[in-house]
Amino acid sequence: MKFLKFLFVGIFFGIVLVKSEAVSWYRIFEMFKFQSFHMYGIIGSAVLLGALGVWFIKKRKVKSIEGRDIQLPPKNRSVARYLFGGIIFGLGWALAGACPGPMYILLGTGVFSMLIVIAAATLGTFAYGLLRHKLPH
Amino acid sequence: MDCILQPWPWYVSGPLITTVMLLLIYFGKTFGMSSNLRTLCSIGGAGKYADFFRFDWKAQRWNLTVVLGAIIGGFIAVFFLSDQTPIDLNPQTVTDLSELGFKQVGQTLLPPEIYSWDTVLSVKGMAILIIAGFLVGFGTRYAGGCTSGHAITGLSNLQLPSLIAVIGFFIGGLVMTHFLLPLIF
Repeated sequence: MKFLKFLFVGIFFGIVLVKSEAVSWYRIFEMFKFQSFHMYGIIGSAVLLGALGVWFIKKRKVKSIEGRDIQLPPKNRSVARYLFGGIIFGLGWALAGACPGPMYILLGTGVFSMLIVIAAATLGTFAYGLLRHKLPH
Repeated sequence: MDCILQPWPWYVSGPLITTVMLLLIYFGKTFGMSSNLRTLCSIGGAGKYADFFRFDWKAQRWNLTVVLGAIIGGFIAVFFLSDQTPIDLNPQTVTDLSELGFKQVGQTLLPPEIYSWDTVLSVKGMAILIIAGFLVGFGTRYAGGCTSGHAITGLSNLQLPSLIAVIGFFIGGLVMTHFLLPLIF
């Protein structure tokens, strides 16, 4: 039953993202038009509180549920991969109006055409895996 | 009950997303939804074609379970926890979208001009979804994360690479929204 807690976190995540409207294409469009604070408020408050939480975990050396040390590995240093990859991701995000989390959540809301986006995203990841050694990182 | 059925304000939703991230850290994992796309590739046998997909995908079953939960969560939210309130968009956003040919803006989560089967089964509509999905899947793995991994977890952990990635997300998103969407629609 060790997977049950992950199932519940996923359910909670799905509900929050629908109820916050963060899964809405329109909200993403509005965000990139700088016409509402809504999405900035969601991401901003999540990060602010998240930074406090992570700081607390590190400072108090909080153990995980299994009693192990909590590791938050730093990301590798680079500019090219994050910038180029980020731009490509952003182009797709604003067109589909959905990033990898919302894709699944929206499928659950009954939008079955999202399966095409998920399949194409899986193909995109596969293409990256094939081309990885040829790309600047 | 009304305040649950209505859309949730940002100052409730943001902290709840933090809760998701911190719970996963407490469970000894990290919040990152796009990793599942790589896992799906591995399950599908992509390891035969690239070493990138040769890893123990079974160690990622917890994350696939989160995905399953997210699908169920989306279902519950729409069918049991919503009162069909239209999205309270900026009137200027609605005007801008009307000029691009979008109708009934904000009545549903997604525009039928992109996601209805009538649109999807046209050549242009199908191309839009495939190109959009491909860019997301390629870009997120190249950048090493998506909104959950970089924007939420990475920034919370004060990672400079995540800030660069998020700046990239915004450059791409702004170019698509301001320059490309008016050409497409």
